[in-house]
Amino acid sequence: MASGVKPRVKVPKKAAAGETITIKTLISHKMESGQRKDDDGNVIPRSIINRFTADFNGQNVIDVTLEPAISTNPYFQFEAVVPESGEFKFTWYDDDGSVYDTTKKITVS
Amino acid sequence: MEMTRRKLLAFGSGTFALATLSSLPAFATLTDDAIAELTGGADMGEGAITLTAPEIAENGNTVPIAFDAPGAAEVTLFADGNPVPNVATFKFGPLSASRSASTRIRLATTQNVVAIAKMEDGSFQMAKANVKVTIGGCGG
Repeated sequence: MASGVKPRVKVPKKAAAGETITIKTLISHKMESGQRKDDDGNVIPRSIINRFTADFNGQNVIDVTLEPAISTNPYFQFEAVVPESGEFKFTWYDDDGSVYDTTKKITVS
Repeated sequence: MEMTRRKLLAFGSGTFALATLSSLPAFATLTDDAIAELTGGADMGEGAITLTAPEIAENGNTVPIAFDAPGAAEVTLFADGNPVPNVATFKFGPLSASRSASTRIRLATTQNVVAIAKMEDGSFQMAKANVKVTIGGCGG
């Protein structure tokens, strides 16, 4: 499932050193659970994002393992501390092997 | 012993009660198994995690869930009424500011959502919240 996958991330542009910031992420994805059946009664195969990670300058913030019970368009909100200016990297891993990522810069004053 | 009608009735209802007690719902057992696998059967404390879930969820397809578990290294969510009880595992890295997160999950029916936190000292903490679901979220 590579069509229509679009990551969206909200990170503040500026922060003070050591400040706690809130990050919100969303990725558009069907998250087909593997439990549903189509009109002919055949099970629709599972197709989900199974892992999500957020890193800042190479250091890990959060690493989430997703199961089919996560809703369509997986959404996560969490908090991070930023010791210096740098870049957040968000990565989503699809069941089909695709990897989606996006980066956000933040300036620490 | 003479089997009077009264004794027979008492005996019958006793057996019935036993049978009902022993037949726990299959899904709850699945969750217990999944939890035992995670904790290795260790005792779990309560009170260190806050699990925020709506009391009533109109749409089981997207139920907002949040947790806050200070001192946790890892938090796993379970839904005991879903066909697959595991929901998600959150591992916190060195730059995580708080051991909290929120997400949206699917619930098939009215059930308990369970959060198990593995603390940094290796102990386990548990929190549970009951969510009433009006429309189930597993389709099919």
